[in-house]
Amino acid sequence: MTETSIAAGSQHEDVIILRPSRGWGSLNLRDLWVYRELIYFLTWRDLKVRYKQTLLGAAWAILQPFLSMVVFSVFFGGLLRVSSGNIPYPIFSYTALLPWGLFSKALTDAGRSLVINRNVITKVYFPRLIVPLSSVLGGLVDFLIAFIVLIGMMWYFKMVPTTALWTLPFFLLLTLATALGVGLWLSALNVIYRDVGYVLPFLTQFWFYLTPVVYSSSEVPEKWRIIYALNPMVGVVEGFRWALLPGGNPPGPMVAVSAAIAVALLISGTIYFRRMERTFADMV
Amino acid sequence: MNDLAIRVENLGKQYQIGIPQERYRTLRDSLVDFASAPVRALRSGRRGVPDKNFDRTIWALREVSFEVKRGQVLGVIGRNGAGKSTLLKILSRVTEPSEGYAEIHGRVGSLLEVGTGFHPELTGRENISLNGAILGMKRVEIDRKFDEIVAFAEVEKFIDTPVKRYSSGMYLRLAFAVAAHLEPEILVVDEVLAVGDAEFQRKCLGKMSAVAQEGRTVLFVSHNMSAILRLTEETLLLDKGRLILRAATPQAVDHYMDSGYSRRGERSWNIDEIPEEAAPFRPIAMRVCDESNRVIDTARSTESLTITIEYALDAPITGLRVGIYLLTTRGEFVFTSFDTDTTQKFEQFGMRPAGHYISRCVIPGDLLNEGRYVLGLNASAFRVKRYFHEEQALSFNVDGVGAPGMHWSEPRLGPVRPRLDWQIECS
Repeated sequence: MTETSIAAGSQHEDVIILRPSRGWGSLNLRDLWVYRELIYFLTWRDLKVRYKQTLLGAAWAILQPFLSMVVFSVFFGGLLRVSSGNIPYPIFSYTALLPWGLFSKALTDAGRSLVINRNVITKVYFPRLIVPLSSVLGGLVDFLIAFIVLIGMMWYFKMVPTTALWTLPFFLLLTLATALGVGLWLSALNVIYRDVGYVLPFLTQFWFYLTPVVYSSSEVPEKWRIIYALNPMVGVVEGFRWALLPGGNPPGPMVAVSAAIAVALLISGTIYFRRMERTFADMV
Repeated sequence: MNDLAIRVENLGKQYQIGIPQERYRTLRDSLVDFASAPVRALRSGRRGVPDKNFDRTIWALREVSFEVKRGQVLGVIGRNGAGKSTLLKILSRVTEPSEGYAEIHGRVGSLLEVGTGFHPELTGRENISLNGAILGMKRVEIDRKFDEIVAFAEVEKFIDTPVKRYSSGMYLRLAFAVAAHLEPEILVVDEVLAVGDAEFQRKCLGKMSAVAQEGRTVLFVSHNMSAILRLTEETLLLDKGRLILRAATPQAVDHYMDSGYSRRGERSWNIDEIPEEAAPFRPIAMRVCDESNRVIDTARSTESLTITIEYALDAPITGLRVGIYLLTTRGEFVFTSFDTDTTQKFEQFGMRPAGHYISRCVIPGDLLNEGRYVLGLNASAFRVKRYFHEEQALSFNVDGVGAPGMHWSEPRLGPVRPRLDWQIECS
């Protein structure tokens, strides 16, 4: 006889109603919870596949930020003498490169995720939000690997973090929220306008210069700082430096502005994505 | 207790045309599309440049209403573009309806393609987990069925090899095995049996009937009338997005085969589709007709069919031969034949003057096996010039109803299925 379904709550009947949705619809986060295992599997797949057939494998997660740090230290720290306060330039830039790397990778991957996974999207139902979400989470593992190098560098430069270290998870969360917010916007737009794929490299490049990775935000004139902080990555980088390095600027209004923007991006991105979701299978 | 599994009311799906969108396709759709792309190009070409008042939307599905009872196995048939795939796509929640309403009681598993989400770099083991998760299986469920899936796919030895090194047969078997072990209350299946070799198809068909006998609700789309007849009791017939008929499967299949709903076996050429080097040969149309001379999309294996090639010569050609290729959808040649194959015809038509021509031949009944076939056109002068050549000019189905050996529910190997005069002697 029929095997009983394993589906949660199969005792009471699950009725699905399909009809054209109007207006903004609901966020349907319950569905996301039902499909939580798929988030794990897609993230896991991206990780598995990413370094297959590479010589150095996961070492790339370390090499990318590390080599950038070396280049920046030579050119910006050494030749251009960009001020990094009383912090050695290599560690100054590396603390910023960690969240920046996570953000830019998540942004690029999430932005392309729906189009890359089109063959799945047009064949099987699952909450589409999972696709950009798992792309963002995929960068987290690289981040953690690269973080080990930071610990080594801090030991080398004899930097002892202050009690501000406990705020680090918050800033990590802020990075992910920003990346996911922008990623949701871009991935949904990319389904309709493939231009997004071409815009992405420029976008990340401009964004990089608008973020205090190679320079300190104290270089920005006082009166422009709040506007400058409309870039949520400003708050993130500031926060990372404050949480990890001694003598950083305590998070002030700049971080508050950045956090507010990040949350706004995430909420608007989720709503826009949900609204566009119903057309993905027809458009992608 | 409600014994309703699916209720569909006035369901409709509108697509915009002219914007980049792709209908979801099965592997077989791709093959058929490949074979019939010129037909579509012609149809859209005939309209010329779309003017501004041209309606840029089409209804892929319109005003479809039906109910499916729990445990029922329902077939869905209709020619390409009838809306079958759109219907399944809506019911499996891949896309939203544009109007109307559907109510689904229970967990839906959809099998619109085998191997959805398979990643070539991952091993068989990894792909089972991934594919299972994509199809909606829980991790414990996948783990519990893992050995069963591997055994069904017969890939034990290669389970830790990346699937990119698999043969296509192994790949298909593994992909189907994962999907076949899905245990939803309602299963929606589109044409998965159309791929793979005969052995694979036999296995799939066996699994499908096992699923059907378990009391699961199944919606089954196929071009394979024999499979529909074998697996389903009742069938929906769709045409141009509308539900034409719901009847007991044998009636529905007869209606589909006998009425003009299956018309597709025609290809005509627009001037701009003919390459310049074809001149002075100018193809006009090619048709597959049944015994009563109607253009058909699906032929019966037991009946003869007529192939007509209509063309014009704008100048006389010496040594011209006009002929056909018959291929399976997997690209294997079944045969090649020219209108001047006999020495008598060859001498009689050594030089063909300019004019309008029809070359016609009859493919006898009891020759072709069930399946889909592709017809190609060739017009050439041996060792002189190939005027025109199109290997995939049109495609048509052959249905096996009444063919020899149909009382055994197994696909027969090979593209031909002749009725041989067997004698059994006992001494």
